Amino acid sequence: MNLPLRIGPQGQLWGRRLVIALPYVWLLLFFAAPFAIVAAISISETTLDTVPPVTPALSSTAYALLFEDALYPAAYLNSVRIAAIATAITLLIGYPMAYAIARAPAGWHGPLLMAVILPFWTSFLIRIYAWIGILSENGLLNQVLRGTGLVENPGSLLGTEWAIYLGICYAYLPFMVLPLYAALEKMDLSLLEAAADLGARPWRAFLTITLPLSVPGILGGCLLVFIPAVGEFVIPDLLGGTETLMIGKVLWDEFFLNSDWPVASAVAMLMLVILVVPIVFFQRARARELTKDQGAAG
Amino acid sequence: MTGRTSRLLLGALAFGYAFLYVPILSMIVYSFNESRLVTVWAGFSLKWWGEFIRNEDMLEAAWLSFRIAVVNGFVATLLGASAGFALARYPRFAGRSIFSGLIAAPLVMPEVIMGIASLLLFVVLERLTGWPERGFTTIAIAHITFSAAFVAVIIQSRLADFDRSLEEAAMDLGARPFTVFRTVTLPLIAPALVSGWLLAFTLSMDDVILAQFTAGPQSQTLPMLVYSSVRLGVSPQINVLATIIVTVVGSAIVLAGWLMHRARRQRERDAHAAAQVT
Repeated sequence: MNLPLRIGPQGQLWGRRLVIALPYVWLLLFFAAPFAIVAAISISETTLDTVPPVTPALSSTAYALLFEDALYPAAYLNSVRIAAIATAITLLIGYPMAYAIARAPAGWHGPLLMAVILPFWTSFLIRIYAWIGILSENGLLNQVLRGTGLVENPGSLLGTEWAIYLGICYAYLPFMVLPLYAALEKMDLSLLEAAADLGARPWRAFLTITLPLSVPGILGGCLLVFIPAVGEFVIPDLLGGTETLMIGKVLWDEFFLNSDWPVASAVAMLMLVILVVPIVFFQRARARELTKDQGAAG
Repeated sequence: MTGRTSRLLLGALAFGYAFLYVPILSMIVYSFNESRLVTVWAGFSLKWWGEFIRNEDMLEAAWLSFRIAVVNGFVATLLGASAGFALARYPRFAGRSIFSGLIAAPLVMPEVIMGIASLLLFVVLERLTGWPERGFTTIAIAHITFSAAFVAVIIQSRLADFDRSLEEAAMDLGARPFTVFRTVTLPLIAPALVSGWLLAFTLSMDDVILAQFTAGPQSQTLPMLVYSSVRLGVSPQINVLATIIVTVVGSAIVLAGWLMHRARRQRERDAHAAAQVT
């Protein structure tokens, strides 16, 4: 009877170590270590006749190319711009939805949220594919437009930047709605009543109370959409045109078409440099939110 | 709330849900189209369904994806649940901030970056140790690494709003830590574990980019096959696949919702009965 008691705390300590070490080691090995290798390859030299097509070296050729060839800076800027515009559109569509769900009768919240998330559980690729059929020259959208007689000969949206905005917005909408809903749902509604009692118009109450209180949700949602959208590949590849430059697609082509591993690695490293600030921001915001929740529960 | 505001909100909801569902519905409708053109309706036909069922490549790719997704589900849930537990319960340990960064980063990291990074690691490892051979193993490892982070988030947030007094009560009654974990904590986080597993499974079934980077020349997952056939042009067979996926996922979610609803009603009834007994 004494023995297990003495082993108890020891066993607990080992259990604790295991719970931390297992995922920690895995993530260090398969998530962190690869970035060191990407960094090493990005300063290596391309040798196409070897497998893999690189030789270790200390060369800045790949990075020099990224700054000399106007294509790369343009692709980075374009990606950030497209991701920012698409994030703004997603916020404009997602905010009213999240607001309406948060203010719906209590029993409706679950099913309404479920309906927002359900498309996310089906295939991402196939949902983007659906838009090819809708946006093409003789697609559903143009058929409807012709049918109404408003536009006689509408051009195809497919291959334009608008198609990319639409695709990003469509694919990432759940990631915007969920954090917004969480922020709006937590809100103390008596604040709005107080504002109304004091004579504030609904719009004014919204701008001075609801909107500021939902800022954490807005930030969370926007980061969840913006960061992956910058490096998005499938959407610009399937919906965008040949002339739309996005950095995720450039990386893909460098790697798979040109087999230029050092340049592809350098492209990835610079993308990381651009994204590291929003990623750290995202992680901080998430940690803060969780400690706040824990404080409220404890 | 005034009538005008609620009409506006209703409009926003209707617009949002139409935006989400019209593309999916259009895909389903055109899977029964006679014409090979996905955009022109030429009458009802099951011919694309017939071609889909006879498509051996598609079945083989689906089977590979399914096996990877199942393995991924279990390993990612184990790793993710441990990570989520560590983050929620151990406020201080060496390297905790790096650890939480390693969990947060895969959630938003563009997949092309993770894809190239994982592949380069596998190439270096294979050089040094002869392992792993590219294919099933490498795809599974890449999938586990990023889906474990999603599982960790689910478990961590479940544990964050978790009533610890139950565990304390068990502890006060003399239960050992492991017994407390097994009899109190585990049953309470079991639903979160199930959703974590399902999320990991789905993420794996869905991924094309990581697979494209880490797969060997012989292995092709279902999304890889879909991607290459979509690049060649629209094909009604993809609409058939979409219809199947939407039907399976949709009925699973409705079923899960109904089961959860029933369990809640049962609990309420039990609580009511218990209150009457005492």
